[in-house]
Amino acid sequence: MIQYIIRRFLYAIPLLIGVNILTFVLFFVVNSPDDMARMQLGQKRVTEQAITNWKQQHGYNLPLLWNEKAESKDKITQTIFYQKSVGLFLFRFGVSDSGRNIGADIQERMWPSLVLALPTLIVGLVVDVSFALLMVLYRNSAVERAGIVSCVVLLSISSLFYIIGGQFIFAKLLKWVPISGYDDGFSALKFLILPILIGVFSGSGSGIRWYRTLFLEEVEKDYVRTARAKGLTETQALYRHVLPNALIPILTGVVVILPLLFMGSLIMESFFSIPGLGSYTLDAINSQDFAIVRSMVFLGSVLYVLGLLLTDISYTLVDPRVRLS
Amino acid sequence: MEILWTDALIFLLLSSLFCLVIYMRKQDQMKRPIQKIVQSKVGVAALVILLFFIFIGLLDSIHFRPSNTKNTEIISALDYWASNLREHGEKTYSSPFSTHLYSKEIIVSPDGAVHWDYPRLDHGGRHINLPEHQLLLDILKKLAIGLLQGLVICSLLVVGFLIIRYKCTNKQTTLLSLSPGLKIALKVAVVVISVAYFLVYLSNYYHVFGTDKVGEDVFYQAIKSIRTGLVLGTLTTLIMLPLAIVFGILAGFFGGWVDDIIQYVYTTLNAIPSVLLIAASILMVQVYMAGHEQEFTSIIVRADTRLLFLCLILGVTNWTGLCRLLRAETLKLREMEYVQAAKALGVKKGMILFRHILPNVMHIVLISVVLDFSSLVLAEAVLSYINIGVDSTTYSWGNMINGARLEMAREPIVWWSLSAAFLFMFTLVLAANLFADTVQDAFDPRRNIE
Repeated sequence: MIQYIIRRFLYAIPLLIGVNILTFVLFFVVNSPDDMARMQLGQKRVTEQAITNWKQQHGYNLPLLWNEKAESKDKITQTIFYQKSVGLFLFRFGVSDSGRNIGADIQERMWPSLVLALPTLIVGLVVDVSFALLMVLYRNSAVERAGIVSCVVLLSISSLFYIIGGQFIFAKLLKWVPISGYDDGFSALKFLILPILIGVFSGSGSGIRWYRTLFLEEVEKDYVRTARAKGLTETQALYRHVLPNALIPILTGVVVILPLLFMGSLIMESFFSIPGLGSYTLDAINSQDFAIVRSMVFLGSVLYVLGLLLTDISYTLVDPRVRLS
Repeated sequence: MEILWTDALIFLLLSSLFCLVIYMRKQDQMKRPIQKIVQSKVGVAALVILLFFIFIGLLDSIHFRPSNTKNTEIISALDYWASNLREHGEKTYSSPFSTHLYSKEIIVSPDGAVHWDYPRLDHGGRHINLPEHQLLLDILKKLAIGLLQGLVICSLLVVGFLIIRYKCTNKQTTLLSLSPGLKIALKVAVVVISVAYFLVYLSNYYHVFGTDKVGEDVFYQAIKSIRTGLVLGTLTTLIMLPLAIVFGILAGFFGGWVDDIIQYVYTTLNAIPSVLLIAASILMVQVYMAGHEQEFTSIIVRADTRLLFLCLILGVTNWTGLCRLLRAETLKLREMEYVQAAKALGVKKGMILFRHILPNVMHIVLISVVLDFSSLVLAEAVLSYINIGVDSTTYSWGNMINGARLEMAREPIVWWSLSAAFLFMFTLVLAANLFADTVQDAFDPRRNIE
């Protein structure tokens, strides 16, 4: 087991290097630091001196891959690629283009993201699975048909409309909750309840459909027929046999996105002005802060790789048929 | 005639689609799924609506420079046709079917008196003299005339179609013996065309969906957005299909180091959160376009380049899912007896891939293309909200929502832009989803047990 985990960790290294090279190409090769400086400082009247200063300030004044002027080992280390990527591997994110410490910002902002994303995931899972079970229980009836139709309708509406509509009805017209904002501790609850509900609702169309197909596949299998044959009612067969078996794909599907919850949701957080990592990233994109976007790309891929690893491990825990080798 | 990049790709896509349909008609194994689609009422209805949207999108993809005017901006066939809508702008917001502006202004009457009131619109409802008394009656009258004319035109079209069909089938059938699928298709077409005609007729007199902040007709914006949605939904697939098919099949068929490399590439791409990858790429495109201003002279060319890039980037982030599916399927097919037999007979590997593997994974490709379409249209709105979507001068539902979002706080609220975007987007996505379900039912072998 431990050996397997170590091997997976080693396997993650080339993956992260790949991510790093890709982002490096995107951020530095396609457009030189000069272009970025010009963009940041305003297009037209930029002096060479201002560009040099900007590059100096942000540590972009080195050659990209190979430093001719430096001494032996520094030929590699004194380059943008080395300086900017090694820092990421050690989770030293450095300073953003506007001068803030990215690492500290991330640590501070990931908790609000998690507080929003985790309940949304859990409540959404419970709601989706129960409705899917209900639809499978009453299959070939009016309940199922109504369910299928409403799922298609729900999933044809853009999530933006759920948010705008929800804010308008519950916050503006009915005034049950504040429109947006955030607070520390338990007082955050009143700010969080609407985004969580909207998140659950807007995801339910596709969620219910997906779980329904999972259950339907299980229901057709032989062991369920056996269970029915030995006298279990449909409900009993569903809860005792179908649900535990279908839980394996459900659980692993959840585990893979668990680490990514830290990254937060871009649109939810910005609509409800929750100071999480999602709105942090969005602000960085809008202010074209390349340092932050690069750090978030790296962080996201690390969390993704972590998710894959957790999935493999959770497979062995819930499904005795799977062995790690 | 001016051909933009996306136009060229759309027509390329259309011609390849045409070839695909001709090819599929010849194949025996395709007959049953197609039969199944045609028999599904919902599927046929959705298809008719989709085709109508595609027709509008195609009209909007034929660009030219108008020769008679001083204005040198490129316009499309749709613009030309809807020049009424395009040119009848107002000053600022006005609600649907209203005759007055949304906000009060200082008005100087002919006799020199000055007062503070809602001014009349320049174009909406200009033909009536006393809006307070005649407006409702006039709207109802126009509604009735529009509907009636729409229905008459539709019935003429339907009758014409039936007669042509009767002539073409060499009088073997009677005039009205239609298959159930065709019946539904005709019914839906009648409804769609009458509604469209009726909206167009009304928009000659009123702003059917109101006007936006700078006084542009919202109905016009909504129709123009159709092309953007369709381009994103289809061109992205055009870009991702070759990547996914080639890499997926190669990885599954050859295994070994080929498989390792391809798996490495798609896991790496998958590892990057896709929104961030899109954001990073769009930022880079922006920097590039800012640095090469002289290459993008016209606003439309500029917006079009950005749209194309967006499709490209979405294609690059989206191909991994399909690639993984194809790899798994090919792994399964590789062990099949007929592939083994072909190998044993000494058929070349390229030939096996082309003749035995590719046709047998096509159903997966087809299903994923139709499934992806609706999610791409929806994604556009979200991306536009994050400012990494299409150019802000491109008409798109995302831009409409984005512009209208902040106006919800006004009193009285400006609801029409949002509603129009919602209506059009919902219709397109719902039709696409329903059609996707039908295609999946027809082509997925696992769903064909009964």
